[in-house]
Amino acid sequence: MNDNCNEAILPLETTVHAAGKRNWTMTLALSILAVLALAIIAAPVLAPFDPDAVDIASRLLPPSQNHLLGTDHLGRDVLSRLIHGARVSLGAVALISLLVLVLGVAIGGLSGFIGGKVDQITMRICDVFLTFPTFVLAMFMVGVLGTGMTNVVIAIVLSHWAWYARIVRSLTLSMASRDFVLAARVAGAGEFRIFGEHVLPGVIAQILVLTTLDIGHMMLHVSGLSFLGLGISPPTAEWGVMINDAREFVWTQPTLIAWPGLAIFLTVMAFNRVGDALRDRLDPVLAAEVC
Amino acid sequence: MAELHIDGLRLETLRAGRITPLVSGIDLRLRQGCVTALVGSSGSGKSLSCLALQGLTPPGVRCTAGRVALIDGDTRRVPARGQDIATVMQNPRSAFNPVMTMRAHAQETYRGSHSHFEDELRRFATEVGLDVPRDLDLYPFQMSGGMLQRMMIALALMSGARFLIADEPTTDLDLIVQARILDLLVEEVRLRSLGVLFVTHDMGVVARVADEVAVMEHGHIVERGTVERIFHAPAHPATQALINAHLSLYPEHILT
Amino acid sequence: MGRYLLGRIALLVPMMLGVSLVIFLMLRLGRGDPALDWLRLSQIPPTDVAIAEARAYLGLDRPLFVQYLSWLWDALHLDFGKSYVTRRDVFEEFVYYLPATLQLGGIAFVLTLGLSIPLGIWAAKFRDKLPDQIVRFVAFLGVSLPNFWLGFLLVLVFSIWLGWLPPFGTGGMAHVVMPAVAIAFMSTAINARLLRASMLEAMGQRHVLYARLRGLGEASVTRRHVLRNALLPIVTAAGMHLGELIGGTLVIENIFAWPGVGRLAVSAIYNRDYPVLQCFTLLMTFIFVLCNLGIDVLYAWLDPRIRIASGDEVRP
Repeated sequence: MNDNCNEAILPLETTVHAAGKRNWTMTLALSILAVLALAIIAAPVLAPFDPDAVDIASRLLPPSQNHLLGTDHLGRDVLSRLIHGARVSLGAVALISLLVLVLGVAIGGLSGFIGGKVDQITMRICDVFLTFPTFVLAMFMVGVLGTGMTNVVIAIVLSHWAWYARIVRSLTLSMASRDFVLAARVAGAGEFRIFGEHVLPGVIAQILVLTTLDIGHMMLHVSGLSFLGLGISPPTAEWGVMINDAREFVWTQPTLIAWPGLAIFLTVMAFNRVGDALRDRLDPVLAAEVC
Repeated sequence: MAELHIDGLRLETLRAGRITPLVSGIDLRLRQGCVTALVGSSGSGKSLSCLALQGLTPPGVRCTAGRVALIDGDTRRVPARGQDIATVMQNPRSAFNPVMTMRAHAQETYRGSHSHFEDELRRFATEVGLDVPRDLDLYPFQMSGGMLQRMMIALALMSGARFLIADEPTTDLDLIVQARILDLLVEEVRLRSLGVLFVTHDMGVVARVADEVAVMEHGHIVERGTVERIFHAPAHPATQALINAHLSLYPEHILT
Repeated sequence: MGRYLLGRIALLVPMMLGVSLVIFLMLRLGRGDPALDWLRLSQIPPTDVAIAEARAYLGLDRPLFVQYLSWLWDALHLDFGKSYVTRRDVFEEFVYYLPATLQLGGIAFVLTLGLSIPLGIWAAKFRDKLPDQIVRFVAFLGVSLPNFWLGFLLVLVFSIWLGWLPPFGTGGMAHVVMPAVAIAFMSTAINARLLRASMLEAMGQRHVLYARLRGLGEASVTRRHVLRNALLPIVTAAGMHLGELIGGTLVIENIFAWPGVGRLAVSAIYNRDYPVLQCFTLLMTFIFVLCNLGIDVLYAWLDPRIRIASGDEVRP
């Protein structure tokens, strides 16, 4: 439209300022992720103490030179438990994300690509799963399967796959109607090949952004279920469980509850920040496809 | 007869760190009963000037000079948007609020007494050719471009403004509808002695409705004159280019 | 509008049936033999005879589909059996604890809207200035904050250090504040950001320009053309918040010893009290569906494009 006077011409100051702010949060996010990666890889080396080493004599100590973050109600070093807990918490989240991604792409992608009756039935099943409030469904699944980290992972995967499948399906549909796919068909390429080589790559790129954005959300659900005592069984260290353990001591040793919560908070924040940046890169494309 | 005087309008913006003029030295005189066409190619600053003379600039654009005055006999004052000057815009569909009916649009700017509202609304809506009262309760998405443009004209007439700014009101409409809308505008100008600033890039429309022409290029008015003189003896290269382009499409106009 | 409403309700029925089927099947497939659990909780040793009797008593010897229908029939009559643990009627227990949950969740929902809308407007009005930066920063943090952790931090600050608010239980306004804030915080953050973006987009719409050109004052322009249109996406988003709000309420109840269905459900999971679990899941889902229906209806009422497009009103 020519002469559309509502096209904003932003004053220069705004653009520079916005760029500056974004950079420091991104640096912070990446540093946090780097520290996490280090914690996961080098946990046994990095942790000053054995996370399961009980020492009743040293229980509920405040932060000191020996125990940087203090000790918990069984005398175990909090820092070590945090470091080892990263493996469990993040491991669970990574596994969940991977499984949900695979399920979503497989079911949503194939359903969208094949179309017809298969698509209709699959989408009805999806809709049924989407009718549940996610956390309620996850709790139900844990109730059915029993407690424990494996079951928490399964429960969260089963309660979230439908959302992913729907989005992948809609991305697939729009991708499959693109010209280069039609051209490939005309050229005589087989259906599977078209799906694998032409449709899937584009879809996966976009769904990866959504997955990254969702990691924080998954993390909160995992730690939420763990906090309720439905996750890993003691004595294994895990951030959600650590918060639950610390709750009786909020009166006597309040800092105990701060550390694992802070760990969760920083991790989720870092993933959200990175996800935001990824989404901004692909923004116009993603916004158009998903909506 | 009132007149609208625009003197020395100048608009600037910040582009790549430098203050860039968008429009400058814009002088216009609009008289009641007279249609002045403001022509020029895209980007010449026509629409920007129309908004600026009413006191509206897009974000990042500043009006650094210029005076606008409504002169009515001895009085001289700043014209009020929507009261002294009404606007009819291009692409009417996006100009209406999608969740408000036509009636709601008319109601929110109506300044008369409550009891007269419905009668006046119906009168103007019928005059512009809408199906009254059915069309008044419709939402924008239920109406065609032509109907929406008629509604815009009805709203302009209802405001009682003596001056009208029509910013490419027929550009997005098909030819038949375009012709009808132009006929309507010409009729209303005659009936109510409206002073019109008609922005367009289509010389055919200029030939049809305008009495006077002002040609803009790169933010300046480069030529002005009566419509006859502009068509028969265009002086500035920009004007000549516009005329030649038009005549190449409609060679028969050389004879008129 | 009537047709739209009927259409949505008609969709509700197959969905709820599907939900009930999922619940029933998951329980059967996931848990193996419910008879064993029943015996365990009844503290009867699982001898072969006992198992066979239990199976007959629980009706487990009938074909699966018949069991489902029987269960569904009972559920429709609000008969979910007796709790394995307390032996009381499951539905009665659920209904006993439900109001507390609804109250807490409802207050959290109202809090979300009541806080996020002014904040979003404020941030949009002072775009890129201090208010906007504050709101965006707080929103950025809020999206990442675990609500159960926030709950404890609030207790730490307001109960332990300042002593202003009671740390648990129900009572009056003072008891509701902290749990409601803990639940609402994240949704408020998300909603404020959404409204800000929505308002900025609405401000750039051409109908806002046209309203100004027609001489409408700034206050009217903001109210009728910016705010009203900007609130539409918020209504749609409310549905998503609802799910998170329900989840949050269930978790927070545990922290503040709030006597709601969240605590009921958690102990049912621990005790493998399946009738309670079934009832909880089915009814909470139903409540969720009803709330979503309400939101959809509200949205259709606000946006004529939705209700008219469904064939309700006359087209020219």
